[in-house]
Amino acid sequence: MDRAAIAARIAEVIEPFNKNAVPITETTSFAGDLEWDSLTVMDFVAAIEDEFDIIISMNQQAEIETYGQLIDAVTTMQG
Amino acid sequence: MNDMTPPEMPTTDLFSKFDPLIETRRSLLATGVTDPFSLVMEKVLSPTTAICSGRETILLGTYNYMGMTFDPDVIAAGKQALDDFGAGTTGSRVLNGTYAGHRAVEEALKEFYGMDHAMVFSTGYQANLGIISTIAGKGDYIVLDIDSHASIWDGCKMGDAEVVPFKHNDIEAMEKRLKRIPEGAGKLVILEGVYSMLGDIAPLKEMIRIAKENGAMVLVDEAHSMGFIGPNGRGVAEDQGVLDQVDFVIGTFSKSVGTVGGFCVSNHPKFEIMRLVCRPYVFTASLPPSVVATAATSIRKLMHAGNKRAHLWENSRTLHKALTDLGFKLGTAEPQSAIIAVIMPDLERGAMMWEALLHEGLYVNLARPPATPAGMTLLRCSLCAEHTAEQVGIITGMFERAGKAVGII
Repeated sequence: MDRAAIAARIAEVIEPFNKNAVPITETTSFAGDLEWDSLTVMDFVAAIEDEFDIIISMNQQAEIETYGQLIDAVTTMQG
Repeated sequence: MNDMTPPEMPTTDLFSKFDPLIETRRSLLATGVTDPFSLVMEKVLSPTTAICSGRETILLGTYNYMGMTFDPDVIAAGKQALDDFGAGTTGSRVLNGTYAGHRAVEEALKEFYGMDHAMVFSTGYQANLGIISTIAGKGDYIVLDIDSHASIWDGCKMGDAEVVPFKHNDIEAMEKRLKRIPEGAGKLVILEGVYSMLGDIAPLKEMIRIAKENGAMVLVDEAHSMGFIGPNGRGVAEDQGVLDQVDFVIGTFSKSVGTVGGFCVSNHPKFEIMRLVCRPYVFTASLPPSVVATAATSIRKLMHAGNKRAHLWENSRTLHKALTDLGFKLGTAEPQSAIIAVIMPDLERGAMMWEALLHEGLYVNLARPPATPAGMTLLRCSLCAEHTAEQVGIITGMFERAGKAVGII
């Protein structure tokens, strides 16, 4: 799967969590722009893990703040 | 709080990160409510009563499940050890800090759990911190319940393993994550017998079976079950018939045992090496002789405490039913442990209810995020085997009056 396809699938997973319908760009941050609290982040990470059948450990999550960074991380893990 | 603010306070420094919490606390106290986090017990009368602000108060938030704090044999053992061994060891367990009493309490634990090895730490927090950070290091994977205790999270962080949480008590979510771990990586699953915030228990039988099928070692924290859950009071894993498959049981002396200290028991053949490699065990002073003496005496008495256990369960069931009937929202539909969590609508009314109960003469724990799951404010009640049926009746009346006064029921 290429980066664009992964980006599209992640956008679909974000949608139900994006309660304020904030426009999503590569630099949109989950905590800052989407205003997700830690519980929402946890549910979202679980949804992404299940969607791509991967593990995003807490250690890796610490490095992922934006939509763009998440796409890159998932793309790498899909290898 | 106001008088803590110096006139020339800098606009930003390392303390700026605490500003939101300082503001939450300031606005809560500005309502005139008593500070729920600075209660002082002026005199402790028994495992179930103390004098707080000059008023005799029933204690319903102490984790003193088996009421061992004032047991005459326990007290006598502590006094004797003070006389015979002094006030403290002034040393690490691996240097000058292992006295006969430290060995004796480890023997008592081995007998209590029927396990080959026992290692005593200075606190329960250090037991989790030490064991977890030492056995799961860089490149290993820890799969753990999202509602795990702070000491477990801190142990994970200190060890530098890859940390993978799953939704509370969700067997399928745990299994999926275990199956995704790369081939050949070390795996540790961490569970608790009783989760202390809501007082619910874990489906350990299923979870441990799946953990083992996936090649993981299993650590279970049984801090809130020791002494009264399971046929021999060994905890939830014993109750569900899977204790023999648990690699490490973590426990504490600061709940049912009635003093302070933490431990790990295990059947792992190489377990004793932990005494040399576990930093929170090595680089701290050992427990005072009086503490290990009281702990050993208490643990041996807990082996034969069937009647007390039965009474504790009776108390838990009675109070759970009474509070449910009054219309309070509780953490579990059925009583699963000696913890009954009463869910409050928000922090402000939680603090008002806490204060109203204190004025009635009842102490419970006010618990709030981040300690609680899902951002909840809880009034957490923990019952004691020494609470009389009459006290449980009095407690119910106090909850009814306070709940109506605050408008929660």
